[in-house]
Amino acid sequence: MSDEQRASASEAGPAGAPTAACKVVVTGVAGKIGRLVALRLASAGHTVIGIDRRSWPDAPPGLELHRLDIRKRAAEDVFRQHRPDAVIHMATVTHLTRRSEDRDRINLHGTRAVWDACHRHGVGRAVFVGRHTYYGAAHDAPLYHREDDPPMAVTSFPELADLVAADLYAGSALWRTPEIDTSVLRICYTLGPSRTGTLAGFLRGQRVPTVLGFDPLFQFIHDEDAAEAIALALERSLRGVFNVAGPEPVPLSTLIRMAGLTEVPVPEPLFRLLLGRFGLPRLPPGALAHVKYPVVVDASSFRAATGFSHRHDADETVRAFREAPGFIG
Amino acid sequence: MSLLVHPEVEARLERLEIPFDNHGVDPFGVSRRHLGPFYSFLRLLYRRYFEVTVTGIEHVPARGRAMLVGNHSGGVALDGGMVLAAVFFELEPPRLAQGMAEKFLNRVPFASIWTSRLGHLTGLPEHAARLLEAERLLMVFPEGARGTAKLYGDRNTLVDFGTGFARLAMATRTPIIPFAFIGGGEAIPTVVNLVKLGRMLGVPYIPVTPWLLPVPRPTSLQIYFDAPILLEGTGNEEDEVIFGHVERVKQKIAELIEAGARIRRGRGEAVRM
Repeated sequence: MSDEQRASASEAGPAGAPTAACKVVVTGVAGKIGRLVALRLASAGHTVIGIDRRSWPDAPPGLELHRLDIRKRAAEDVFRQHRPDAVIHMATVTHLTRRSEDRDRINLHGTRAVWDACHRHGVGRAVFVGRHTYYGAAHDAPLYHREDDPPMAVTSFPELADLVAADLYAGSALWRTPEIDTSVLRICYTLGPSRTGTLAGFLRGQRVPTVLGFDPLFQFIHDEDAAEAIALALERSLRGVFNVAGPEPVPLSTLIRMAGLTEVPVPEPLFRLLLGRFGLPRLPPGALAHVKYPVVVDASSFRAATGFSHRHDADETVRAFREAPGFIG
Repeated sequence: MSLLVHPEVEARLERLEIPFDNHGVDPFGVSRRHLGPFYSFLRLLYRRYFEVTVTGIEHVPARGRAMLVGNHSGGVALDGGMVLAAVFFELEPPRLAQGMAEKFLNRVPFASIWTSRLGHLTGLPEHAARLLEAERLLMVFPEGARGTAKLYGDRNTLVDFGTGFARLAMATRTPIIPFAFIGGGEAIPTVVNLVKLGRMLGVPYIPVTPWLLPVPRPTSLQIYFDAPILLEGTGNEEDEVIFGHVERVKQKIAELIEAGARIRRGRGEAVRM
């Protein structure tokens, strides 16, 4: 995978010709990053067609929104009718507080439905927006993951298995449907004023539980930088699998301090007992490894291929999160 | 916290060429806040408790990638600690040597934090390669845990070397600075290693000394660094070729140990058991 990806990195260098305005379907457009991606694409002159089961009440007027399930026939009608040039697939369920069969179906079957539609309706470019937790966390895992590292999350964090499967399925489109320029992005935790997402959920309360004696590095990127990276992947017609990250990682204890919150170190045997009580967040059992050990990615291939650089450093990103309305810290 | 940091250490940390961010953390998680108290403690051992003599420090490059490769001596990580202290206190500007931590340490509460905040990442080839590519100074003990388990009678011998370090040095074009560490076996004379008890406590073994605990005596210690060795090749050569390179480095270290041990015996510093 990595050789192909490096080859593609040199083809689609940052000096590549700017992409002409195109018609883009964005699935999961009503999510926090989905909205930002849609706005960013629209401001660059692209036509955005959003698909989401959820509503987006204050969507900008020029944006066409279809309230649909991507696995349903009506979603394919959107492809048939509009003949989009590109798709950004963000309609994956990532919150882990409950595990349901529905989630598995959306994440894996939804991904399949999107690439099938791309293949049938001549879509030239498709971006899968995945997560860096693909790599999982373990005591003997390398600190900086390259794209060819195996998905250890399957064993260390079984609740993530459906997302890992969706990531691998989207990646397999590179050989199944080679006429589509497919890129798979593994983006680190996003953080910002929307105050939603896995990391924001973990930092929701004034008191943040940590495992006593462990302090992993955490890597996060500002919501807007994540949206910019996704838009760039599309505009540069990337092919291959790419890690996406922003500023250098910081220890979890430092992140908690930066956010003005209180670290509550809990001995590991008590950790599961205390979650969800005393104002501490609820976490699935597999998340324990992700609070003890780092998941940090090497995003240099993506930077080389797209010329991407983050606008918001770690302090600004945490400040944006902290100063957003509704913050209880 | 600053009460725990010696002014000399504070001043040296200022000159350390590590890219700390505004929170005092580098991209590998090395933290100034943790280096201060740790090096102040090392300073006590290095300057007060033991009598450490360092020879050939000029062979350690002031900057750029390099690999310190030497022998284990003493049942606990005393050798590593004193080599860290030598390159931090004797070099101008000071350097941070980064070891490869035993995998079990990352599972142990607090050891997990301190090994990574002091720059000693889990012993993985990926970590070693990445540190060298970042122009860091790597400290390698190719004997591994078998080396620290040496008993008193074997203190100035070498057990088998791993070959990973040689392949890595070749692949990354990293100079190897061989060193010998002498005296650890006298400071912590291991009579027996308790393997079963160690396993129960989650460590490879517990070394037992004549006074039971592996607490070192305040002996003299010597560190000899020698001229850099640059191994030619890609690192993908056949094992036989690599064995030759490993043997060359091992032979150099054995010579340094022998010469150092002879000087030590001449001074009458060998300790009767």
